[in-house]
Amino acid sequence: MTETAHRAQAEAATEELPRMDSVGHAAATPDQSQPYAGLGLRDEEYENIGKILGRRPTQSELAMYSIMWSEHCSYKSSKIHLRQFGEKAPPSERLLAGIGENAGVVQVSDDLAVTFKVESHNHPSFVEPHQGAATGVGGIVRDILAMGARPIAVMDPLRFGDAAHPDTKRVLPGVVAGIGGYGNCLGLPNIGGEVVFDPCYQGNPLVNALCIGVLPVDRLQNKAASGPGNIVVLLGAKTGRDGIGGVSVLASATFDDASDARRPSVQVGDPFTEKLLIESCLELYDAGLIVGIQDLGGAGLTCALSETASAAGTGMRVQLERVPLREPSMEPHEVLASESQERMLLIVEPSKLDAVLAVASKWGVLATAIGEVTDGPSETDNSVGGRLVITWHGVPVVDVPPGSLADDGPVYARPLREPSDQPLIQADRAETLPRPETPDDLRETVLEMAASSNLCDKTWVTEQYDRYVLGNTVLAQPEDAGMIRLDETSHLGVALSVDGNGRHARLDPYHGTKLALAEAYRNVAVSGATPIAVTNCANFGSPEDPAVMWQFAEAIRGLADGCAELGIPVTGGNVSFYNQTGNVAIHPTPVVGVLGLIDDVRRRIPMGFRDAADAVLVLGETRIELSGSEWAWVMHDHLGGTPPEVDLAAEQRLGAALVAAAAQGLLSSAHDLSDGGLAQGLVEACLRNGVGAAVTAPSEFADDPCGYLFSESAGRALVSVPSENLATLAALCEEHGVPYVQIGAADPAGHALQLTDQFSIPLAELREAHRGTLPTLFA
Amino acid sequence: MRVGVVTFPGSLDDRDALRAVRLGGAEPVALWHDEADLHGVQAVILPGGFSYGDYLRAGAIARFAPVMESIIDAANGGLPVLGICNGFQILCEAHLLPGALTRNSHLHFRCRPQGLQVVNNKTAWTNAYAQDQEIVIPVKNIDGCFVADDRTLDELEAEGRVIARYVGGSPNGSQRDIAGVTNPAGNVVGMMPHPEHAVEALTGTGADGLPIFTSVLTYLGQQAGVR
Repeated sequence: MTETAHRAQAEAATEELPRMDSVGHAAATPDQSQPYAGLGLRDEEYENIGKILGRRPTQSELAMYSIMWSEHCSYKSSKIHLRQFGEKAPPSERLLAGIGENAGVVQVSDDLAVTFKVESHNHPSFVEPHQGAATGVGGIVRDILAMGARPIAVMDPLRFGDAAHPDTKRVLPGVVAGIGGYGNCLGLPNIGGEVVFDPCYQGNPLVNALCIGVLPVDRLQNKAASGPGNIVVLLGAKTGRDGIGGVSVLASATFDDASDARRPSVQVGDPFTEKLLIESCLELYDAGLIVGIQDLGGAGLTCALSETASAAGTGMRVQLERVPLREPSMEPHEVLASESQERMLLIVEPSKLDAVLAVASKWGVLATAIGEVTDGPSETDNSVGGRLVITWHGVPVVDVPPGSLADDGPVYARPLREPSDQPLIQADRAETLPRPETPDDLRETVLEMAASSNLCDKTWVTEQYDRYVLGNTVLAQPEDAGMIRLDETSHLGVALSVDGNGRHARLDPYHGTKLALAEAYRNVAVSGATPIAVTNCANFGSPEDPAVMWQFAEAIRGLADGCAELGIPVTGGNVSFYNQTGNVAIHPTPVVGVLGLIDDVRRRIPMGFRDAADAVLVLGETRIELSGSEWAWVMHDHLGGTPPEVDLAAEQRLGAALVAAAAQGLLSSAHDLSDGGLAQGLVEACLRNGVGAAVTAPSEFADDPCGYLFSESAGRALVSVPSENLATLAALCEEHGVPYVQIGAADPAGHALQLTDQFSIPLAELREAHRGTLPTLFA
Repeated sequence: MRVGVVTFPGSLDDRDALRAVRLGGAEPVALWHDEADLHGVQAVILPGGFSYGDYLRAGAIARFAPVMESIIDAANGGLPVLGICNGFQILCEAHLLPGALTRNSHLHFRCRPQGLQVVNNKTAWTNAYAQDQEIVIPVKNIDGCFVADDRTLDELEAEGRVIARYVGGSPNGSQRDIAGVTNPAGNVVGMMPHPEHAVEALTGTGADGLPIFTSVLTYLGQQAGVR
């Protein structure tokens, strides 16, 4: 076709689309009013766009800036705080890719690396629980895939409102079915996570999704669209109208009564397409066919185009009408904003394009060349080159510097103010609450706690997830950490745990976050693995509320300090703000994931008591610490005081002792003590294999058995050990400076959990209490 | 001996099945849905997963894949064929086995260790078990409820073609607690539970599934002896 014919066709197309706002039209109509406020942009942000472009933005450009400068994409409120992760990070030779990439990548052997990340999909999951949760899994899996890794497992930390609330019955089953439906269909084992209930999440459930992948070190991918002349290829599903405004309208604003009307902003997932996308990408990597790759998630094409170009310092020219559409009537700004799932952007050398298309065709995945990489900004004349130019049937609708979208978004130092009720709450300690008066009352308390929604058995949820697929699952929930074998020959494996405690963080966000880190660290260590890296998902209320912002700043400071103390880096993560209904924010809820490495997965330590007459010990120091505990909440409806003391040096010593004990094969079982304290630890360790235990409270706690059982002192583990290994374990503990006390013995003959002078509860009775709760509520 | 495992788009447990074949002592051979060539394998496994997204009905589209034409012909000629979960659904859709797998009675995906009783140890895929041996292997599915009309069920029972039953009640509502069935010749077997996830104690529920993969080697050895 000749140039003239092209132009004629373009003009005809433009005439058919009278509402289309081209670059030329925008320049010619500087005073046309634009709905920027409705798209979430502030006055000064809109003015700034005009300065960058030297004219008002087109409709498409406005859509792109509103998305990329949204809280969700730009991290504009969190950026100044998140810098600490880099500044305070301990040196790590393992880190191959860190914050700012799609996911952090950690080297685990000479030739293997692991990548992992946790992300939120909170808002979509409240509006449409099934699809919201499903696409949360899909999104994090693509992040992992984009690094060059085969996804090998997922985990889901979930938080809901009161378990008995009617709306929880709407949200939870949908979320669980969505996660299961998507993850199961991708063939990814779900190896852990959390299910937590608290009224603060009633209008804002937290649906976080974590994925881990493995790659050969030399297969690491990057997102840079380097090499002018290279082809930009869109791989995967067709683009539809689903998910438009997902990040700007949905994820970056507070919920209100109109939230239901935002259901079209939720994406719809197709795991079958994603499975094919995974297999085709892995084949492309192995054949060395691509230069760069970026997943399309929040902010869709807008994000992928601007970030890939910006990362390479190049420009890009895109013929947007080439994007395969599900709905032909879509307008350019909709195509750019769509968050349709199961799509990846590839950068391909022209000579390899046919090979790329052939791989896509083999897997039955759509692949379309939509543009090409162009030169970066000229060194002598910065008005030349380095532009992201997007045309629609030949007419330019976008002409911007890609970095202005991806990197130069606003950055705010938002005001911080400690919540006015903070001192009052901290003064209201739980340690003074009344204890059960008789042994029978204590027995009832143990049963009631074991049946309470946060401590009860979660099988009803977790058996809706496939845990066996891929054949490498060594440990999965309810074990403390999930563990995956990476190599069948060397037996190298990784362990992963993800933990958070909103109540602890509400009482003290700095120490509460350190506690979450300590718990995840400990959960990995009790399995026998050495912690090596951290990911996190920060779930908070509105950053425009100084009290929330103070909580956030404290939490991030706590995590950065904690990681520095433990000597393990934060490799990536995600911030989710605006988790509030009206003026009421959720508890600050930092969720921390810790990755561990184990040389030989056959040495892993499970949580349950196993053998007759094994000695039962508590490692670490117990103090009476009940503030923020499950006991205070369940038995007294109480939240106040300061959370348990956190001593990360002690956690490190405990972790080292546990890892050494595992490597020497000393232990029968090891179980983290945290939520619900020793009582919960004993209940779970007994019920896991149906092996009872007879224990005695140490003499210093004889007058407060309830406090001893339900204290949530950190830095502790419940272990069982064959009697012949007891002396070696004791020596090991002394060597590492870990306090230990033998509290009793496993007792399979008794078929009961017994506390001397207090109670004996048959395991059958305990099991009924522990397992009945969720099926009764949700089945 | 060479045992093939078919990968359809959406197959998930294909790698597990290949590993199980290897641990069972045979040479695993990957087969591709779009190729009719069976590459000289002596037995075929259709693995678990969601072939073609389970669109339309589980197994309904996979049944028309080019590789299935060859497998159907070969199965009718005596080739040992095992369908696990989605593979079982495909075999039913292909009419190599009777009945159908429908949505679980409780409507949820369910994944758990499951007790089974092997009630026919004469087939190509179950001869390494003792008759009526009880085993534990994982079950994981959402469309695992085996249904057939009463006459078919009576026939299956009368001919001993139920190969395994769920112990302690069906996890999915299957009629007569049927977990797996065979064709009259005993070379084609379909089962909902996953023996390939029980071939080593470290990563599965134990090693109770391994005899499935050694059975077929014994069977092929016997066939060779007969010839």
